[in-house]
Amino acid sequence: METQKVAIRPALSQAGNTRTASRALMDNWWKQLGEADAAAQPVANTFVMGSLAEVLNTFDIPMSFPEIAALQTAVKGKAMDYLLAAEDLGYSPDICGYVKVDIGLHATGRDHPLGKYPKPGMVVASNMCNTYIKWAEVWERQYGCPVFVLDLPGWRGTGFEYDSSSETFRNDVKYVEGQIRDLISLSAEVSGKKFDIDKLREILGNVNRMSELYQSILAMNKNKPAPFNALTEGINYMGIANILRGLPEGVEFMETVLAELEERVAHGVGALTDERYRLLLVGTACYTNFRDFVGMFERWDGVFVASEYMSYAGGGIDRGLHYDLSRPIESLAEQILITSQPSMSGIFFSHEWQAKMAEEYDVDGICYHGVKSCRTTAAGLPDAREWLLNNAGVPGLFIQSDLVDSRLWAEAQMRNRIDAFFESLQSRRVQSGV
Amino acid sequence: MEEELNEIIEECRTAVEDPEYPAVHQWLEENSNGKVLGHFQVYFPEEIAHAAGMLPLKMKGFDSSVQIREADAHIAAFVCSILRTSLEQALSGRIDFLSMYVTHPICDAARHLNGVWTRQFPELSCQILYLPQNAASPHAPAYLLAEYRRIAGIIEEITGTSITDESLLASIELFNENRRLLRELYQIRRETPEQIGLTDSYLLMAAAGAMPRERHNELLGRALPLIRARDNHPQDKLRIVFEGGYCEQPPIEMLSVLQDVAYVVDDDFMIGLRWLTEDVPTSGDPMRNLAVAYLETSDYSPVQRDPRKPKEDMLLKRIHQSKAEAAIVAAPKMCEPGLEEQVAYDNALTAAGIPHLIMEFEEKTTNFEQARMEIETFAESLLFEFV
Ligand code: SF4
Ligand code: SF4
Repeated sequence: METQKVAIRPALSQAGNTRTASRALMDNWWKQLGEADAAAQPVANTFVMGSLAEVLNTFDIPMSFPEIAALQTAVKGKAMDYLLAAEDLGYSPDICGYVKVDIGLHATGRDHPLGKYPKPGMVVASNMCNTYIKWAEVWERQYGCPVFVLDLPGWRGTGFEYDSSSETFRNDVKYVEGQIRDLISLSAEVSGKKFDIDKLREILGNVNRMSELYQSILAMNKNKPAPFNALTEGINYMGIANILRGLPEGVEFMETVLAELEERVAHGVGALTDERYRLLLVGTACYTNFRDFVGMFERWDGVFVASEYMSYAGGGIDRGLHYDLSRPIESLAEQILITSQPSMSGIFFSHEWQAKMAEEYDVDGICYHGVKSCRTTAAGLPDAREWLLNNAGVPGLFIQSDLVDSRLWAEAQMRNRIDAFFESLQSRRVQSGV
Repeated sequence: MEEELNEIIEECRTAVEDPEYPAVHQWLEENSNGKVLGHFQVYFPEEIAHAAGMLPLKMKGFDSSVQIREADAHIAAFVCSILRTSLEQALSGRIDFLSMYVTHPICDAARHLNGVWTRQFPELSCQILYLPQNAASPHAPAYLLAEYRRIAGIIEEITGTSITDESLLASIELFNENRRLLRELYQIRRETPEQIGLTDSYLLMAAAGAMPRERHNELLGRALPLIRARDNHPQDKLRIVFEGGYCEQPPIEMLSVLQDVAYVVDDDFMIGLRWLTEDVPTSGDPMRNLAVAYLETSDYSPVQRDPRKPKEDMLLKRIHQSKAEAAIVAAPKMCEPGLEEQVAYDNALTAAGIPHLIMEFEEKTTNFEQARMEIETFAESLLFEFV
């Protein structure tokens, strides 16, 4: 297992295109945020789930995604500085680390390792994570900026039917549509621009295209070997999908990704040289020790062929989101509802989705990574794991650490658990004679 | 007189503290076809269940009397205690009597409850009531009304009883009466805190969620004049407000530590029982009245977003109205919204020059020495200062 592998890969013409594009786009994003901040142009803080980028982009309001920024500080090995700064201000070690990284950034001069971290001029926070709302209130108090909470009624429980003819759906749409119209007014006020419905239409059209491409990208990993790692590469796809949602550059990026993956598949090139285990990640990764985390799976030739993260953080683009451009605002409300329910509420009821994914992507096992920071994604994981094992026969590994807090990373323990899991997968294979 | 009051308090204590839910079992014995609706913290419009003849039971956690045997295998370690103890109650079969279970996504951890319950109890109707998180939106009342109607429809199906305007009005009247009595209890605490200690007052209040309201009204109706008639002498104690009891509750022993050192003249324990701060109107469409009351005449908590009620302003108001000299700003361990709000409260109280103690608690704590020491030191330092 520890033997060195030599990769003999065919030369691929598209190789590296995605990486180059994603770096350039991310750098540019930071540059734009810095410029907006310097010019005192209002920037909107928004979140990956329920960003309403469609509306914000209609008014050319630059968007800052504090979750992405927080994640990047961890990857850059800087998160602890900000976490400690926030804890000095009285924030508990037990709350979401993303929130604290952000608070720490604001408290220490807003110097992010990748650029100037802007002040919010407005905030859009959905209820897709309740912590978004608490977080928004921190900025509201600090900067006095307008906060818009998009309230999306989610899944309602046993026996709930959500077809578009149901009364509940119609009521929910009215509520959401009303809120979207309120956000349009607020955005016009903040940006000083008039609402242009044709521009919204154009943006929605781009999101439709991004959604089609994104679905094709995900489906690439049904191939064997899987052409990309849903953890390492997937996170980049996701990041760009969020920051450029609805923009032509976002569409182009998705095209670049798909072309590169298609080529890999055509040549039988996988994310790993020798793929032996196909895994689904439920929860998030640990960004403080991102490479180590992934490495613990890769040393067993385990590849993440899918990740729940690539679903719920995608604002419906994995779920066949498609806007009707003839009635943009109404359709925005409907589609957000239809797609956010399985994304947001799917986190809590995702067992059936997991079973389906396990089958469609021929998954050997599921890694449930519970992170202390994020109760939204993590609180019910042990229960879901048990359900999958008992009802779908898919074995699961439950491990815990954090997104950004390196104090919660216990390397040896993590490695032991992961090794034991792969050993059990191995003996399952032996027993079933595969 | 004292004897009668003690009896009432003991009945409330049993209803609140006994993990076997004796008051519910008694109701079920008296109502052979009766159905029970359990609802998780913080607020649920119990009138709707009551109007269909159901017994609404406010699901809470428990102190160390409930041992966690199974719940930990279903829920991650880094969540608050109430999620685990309430789930343990279900997994241990102690609440098999439930016909319906309702949660509201108050926080990111509690949102998982419904998923876990759905997987564990596939036969039970596990529902989520989405209370508006954009409460100030002009679109919220119509949405909430539709949501109440939806829940009412499920209740009607489960009970086979239709909820009429008349039955809902009667329930609203009953619950209005209950909230009036609770307001009076809190008024006594604010005006003459020497007449009733915190633990007894807590038990009298919390029992509302653990027994039929008819019985609770009767008990409170008898208790309040008895409390008022007491002739206790005010002591030289600090007047404080306790904030942080809106969801998980501190153990009773911790409340007794508090009452030893201070007069707790107001608090937010079980705030859902007192969420509606005025009588719900009894004319017009009763369902609409309930929905409007939730949005327009309600208290505050860290789990509701309503920019019309900035939480720190609401806390300051609570402190001023109760003429408190200081505050204890607590949060349950691992409670994301509570811990986040603590910082805002801290800043606002500091700016207003109000002495306060920041602390965490856990319903399952058995060691109160540290809490006692913290609270005593805080109170003593202030008494010294005020003298
Ligand atoms: S709790 Fe999770 S989803 Fe919510 S802000 Fe924190 S990391 Fe993001
Ligand atoms: S105590 Fe806090 S974390 Fe726990 S369920 Fe209640 S609000 Fe959520």
